[in-house]
Amino acid sequence: MIAALILREVRRGLTGSAWLAVAFFLVVAALIPFAVGPDAALLGRVGHGGLWIAALTAALLPVERLIEPDRADGVLDQLSLRGVAEEAIGATKIVGHWLSFGPLLLLATLPAALLLGLDGPTLARSLVALAIGTPGLAALAVAVAALTAGLARAGALAGLLLLPLSVPLLIFGAAASGAGGSAFALEGAVSLLLVAGAPFVAGAAIRAART
Amino acid sequence: MTLLALDCVTCRRGGRLLFEGLDLALAAGEGVRLAGPNGTGKSSLLRLAAGLLDPTIGTVTRTVTGTLADEGIALDRERRLGDALGFWTAARCLEPAVEAFGLDDLLAVPVRLLSTGQLRRARLARVMASGAPLWLLDEPLNGLDDDGVARLDRAIAAHRAGGGAVLAASHVVLAGDWRTLELPQ
Repeated sequence: MIAALILREVRRGLTGSAWLAVAFFLVVAALIPFAVGPDAALLGRVGHGGLWIAALTAALLPVERLIEPDRADGVLDQLSLRGVAEEAIGATKIVGHWLSFGPLLLLATLPAALLLGLDGPTLARSLVALAIGTPGLAALAVAVAALTAGLARAGALAGLLLLPLSVPLLIFGAAASGAGGSAFALEGAVSLLLVAGAPFVAGAAIRAART
Repeated sequence: MTLLALDCVTCRRGGRLLFEGLDLALAAGEGVRLAGPNGTGKSSLLRLAAGLLDPTIGTVTRTVTGTLADEGIALDRERRLGDALGFWTAARCLEPAVEAFGLDDLLAVPVRLLSTGQLRRARLARVMASGAPLWLLDEPLNGLDDDGVARLDRAIAAHRAGGGAVLAASHVVLAGDWRTLELPQ
């Protein structure tokens, strides 16, 4: 059942909003040179930060389709009737969501780096930092999706919840992309904390949303 | 063997008392129809029996797995009906259920294109295919045509003959031998 759930999540991601999120990531990355100007030296200094802003906004995009459709359609109820724990549902959603969006985002980082004028070492560091950070982003997205499922104006509320909570990841992720070193360890710690905690937050939220 | 037992169950939803001190035992082969006016807690009782809600007071004991047919269709709308049903069950359990509800010709049709009545049948086929001994049905006759109703009656009769039990909330009398539990206003 767990494997089937992960597979279902990946399929729904790839046939739906995963591409949209990646396209959004590229669009935001393309906008940054327009905002700060085409000065290559300046772009080289702020580019990796822009990459993270783009990744954050892209992570926000699919939040509304992660939990709410399954809640409204009774899929969560049926899974619960089969004895699947709500925490396990949260965990499979995180794995499935990351698989459908993480690798694509890493791939899209290559053209984004070109748009932002990142040099080779910065690009390499950014790829590693995003590989470490995107599971944390996926976990955060699923937890926030579960917390806002069924609420009116859930999309706007999800943004207000997710963006502040992602600040530690943003700080250490962007630092790791820029300078590397110990920031990688701190980013990894934050990402791990999010991945470990999010299934429990999502599970409790799914139970609380049941009427 | 008792599949489901509610012992002195009280349910309060949204600050309103729906029912209190309710006892119900459902043995293998039995069928109980929940009746009563709108808003008396028929659907809530089904969700209590499914374990999706906790009773305010009292205990709910379920000795077997249950399956619920309520408003939620629980089938992926973008997939073909056969694949969507297949997510929940093995292919060998699926075939008799699909046949019982006359869905053979619809297996290749995406769920989102099915009509209301066809979705109702698909929902009941999902219940039957789940293999769970306890069926919890919320207004199962809604949206079904005469043929659908006859198919459901046959499916329920076969399920009960095979040792299953059915708890159905319905304001319409169902065919066969049912115990009726009237929820008070």
